[in-house]
Amino acid sequence: MMMIRFLSLVSMMALVLSMGLAQDIPSIELKDLGDLTVDTRALVEEADGPVLFCFWATWCSPCKRELNNYADLYPDWQDETGVEIVAVSIDDPRSMMRVKPYVNSVAWDYTVLLDPNKAFARAMQVNNVPHTFLVNTEGEVVWQHNNYADGDEEELYEELLKLAE
Amino acid sequence: MMRRTLFAAALAAILLPLSGKAQEDGPNIGQVTGNVQMLFQTYQEDSLIGAQVPPSKTGFNAFGNLIYTRGDFSAGMRYESYLDPILGYPGRFRGSGIGYRYANYAKENFEVTIGNFYEQFGSGLVLRAYEERQLGIDNALDGFRLILRPVQGMTLKGLVGKQRFDFDSRLINSPGIVRAFDGEINLNDAFERWAAVGTRVTVGASFVSRFQAGSTISKDTLVLQLPQNVGSWGYRAQIQKGGFQLMGEYVRKINDPNADNGFIYKDGEGILVNAGWSTKGLGINVGFKGVDNMQFRSDRNLQLFDLPVNYIPAITKQHTYNLAATLYPYATVVQGEVGWSAEVFYTIPKKSKLGGKYGTKISFQYATASSLDTTNLAGIDGLVNGYTRNSWKAGSELYIRDINFDISRKFSKGFKAKYAYFHFDFNTLATPVTTDYKGIVNADVHVVETQIRIKKGHSLRTEVQALFTGTDLKEVNGELKEVKQDKGDWATVLAEYSVSPHWFFSVLDQYNFGNPNPDQRVHYLYGTVGRIEGAHRLSIGYGKRREGIFCIGGVCRAVPASNGFEITFTSSF
Repeated sequence: MMMIRFLSLVSMMALVLSMGLAQDIPSIELKDLGDLTVDTRALVEEADGPVLFCFWATWCSPCKRELNNYADLYPDWQDETGVEIVAVSIDDPRSMMRVKPYVNSVAWDYTVLLDPNKAFARAMQVNNVPHTFLVNTEGEVVWQHNNYADGDEEELYEELLKLAE
Repeated sequence: MMRRTLFAAALAAILLPLSGKAQEDGPNIGQVTGNVQMLFQTYQEDSLIGAQVPPSKTGFNAFGNLIYTRGDFSAGMRYESYLDPILGYPGRFRGSGIGYRYANYAKENFEVTIGNFYEQFGSGLVLRAYEERQLGIDNALDGFRLILRPVQGMTLKGLVGKQRFDFDSRLINSPGIVRAFDGEINLNDAFERWAAVGTRVTVGASFVSRFQAGSTISKDTLVLQLPQNVGSWGYRAQIQKGGFQLMGEYVRKINDPNADNGFIYKDGEGILVNAGWSTKGLGINVGFKGVDNMQFRSDRNLQLFDLPVNYIPAITKQHTYNLAATLYPYATVVQGEVGWSAEVFYTIPKKSKLGGKYGTKISFQYATASSLDTTNLAGIDGLVNGYTRNSWKAGSELYIRDINFDISRKFSKGFKAKYAYFHFDFNTLATPVTTDYKGIVNADVHVVETQIRIKKGHSLRTEVQALFTGTDLKEVNGELKEVKQDKGDWATVLAEYSVSPHWFFSVLDQYNFGNPNPDQRVHYLYGTVGRIEGAHRLSIGYGKRREGIFCIGGVCRAVPASNGFEITFTSSF
């Protein structure tokens, strides 16, 4: 029995390594701030350009810094690369109702989705926030970053330009 | 053991034949994703701060998740290690093994899950299975769940399972069985005549029942039968129109004498209402919460973090600055409380006189919670039912008053600053965060945060924080003197230097400069170096950490003082 368990673990690791990093977006139904249901995979499929998923929460300072900094650059990024930013809030029932007033007050022009029990975060293998995923038009994750420090947007911008080429 | 092996064998049976084909066929054979999180701590003795050394001298918690997806099918597992658990984690978690595993099949109209799953009905007041790994909270259900979407806009959920309770080289579930149903319908999506209505309305209802074998309890001269089946149900509605949103939920629970309520048979009741309005630049949110005997567990004998079936959110918000977050964090008083909150977010427009070039962000919040307005019952009725609630008005005892304000502004491309103020009137008898003070602590916290861009990719962030507690008149050596409440005043200084996108360095000093006892005026100095490589992150920290309360989502756990190294690694692939 130990052997079977061991073999199964080894086979899974081998499988992971052989498949490389191309990660597709799982299909999870979430609500947006207008109470409309959005399927995460359909959102990527229907987008014209790349999609940037930013996992955040109202209690996460670096997350808000990240999204506020992107907000200043977003119109240019959209013109140059066609990217769509989707901010996925993992606020739980304690702070979920604060999301919409906050987002409107800072006037983010993003699609904002609510993931209060972390179903999408779990499916995307998010350990902690902020965690940002850049998804190409094929629906594959091509870049991700689990942190935010001022200036990180420069690396992201280069990745966006690569996709736009 | 047998079950675990069978599950591993089943996964192997699915995956082994595929692994050979992986490269030839590409994505058609499905994909595997995963993540890893490791936390290793060493402990040194430090009698000044009360840091203890466990017999193993080190602690190690690790988690590895794997999810396999192929079309509509997915399966996953989490391998966990507690060798030995890090201090502050439930000490009974031991060993290594599979703590979570599931298989899921999802089509457009239905979804079935076998094994472990997380779930939330509405706001979670009747059911929430969730994981808060940093707190060691995981009440995942283990059983079967069926989700049906018979018509557009309607979702029906049914589940039966046991909850995760413990881990000893394998998952150990609760004795109680949870059975639950939930239905939710969005009127605009479901009914044609509502389709064109600009107001979106969603209504829902849930029923949750727990079975746990039980016999009788004795109270005074009474011998009372313990109900084996406990029922809880709730109704909810959400209305949205443009920038306006309204959410309400009403819940009840019957037949649940338990350790939290002193084994009384009184019904539980809860109400949650939240209203918000927002437009570009301005957001307002007000909330009311009343809960009375609503704590629900899948084992009537347990308390604190063990086996909650539902989740009662705290009325205050989660603070993030060190002194505001860790010294007086509020958690819901589960026996019952009533509270309300009001919050405003405002951005002074950019390029205005007050707003500056980039605009200025302001937020203000007032939140408070108190005991319930109740009357204790006498005699047999008192033994059986405990008390009656007279109204949803606030009772005589204040639990928390939290007033906070912050203002932040970007002055130039390279400089941002923020000031935050917090005032707490915090009842340490309701939320026992300290053993040094019993009663209401009045605390004021001031924070100044700055962010400076030094050159391309290099930035420095600093926080200077101070917390001042109120004073009480106390008799010291026959004289009345003003003495600082609890541990007195604190200061925290943090400097964080980042070299984007790969490196960060930080130093944190927390200093209890105003402790009434001069021997306890201790510096807690802690340094961290970290490297980030995309989705992989390694950090090494060293120093002293204060004994304190660590909270997420209104749930808190006491963490003992420690002194030593901490190495963390997280990765997703």
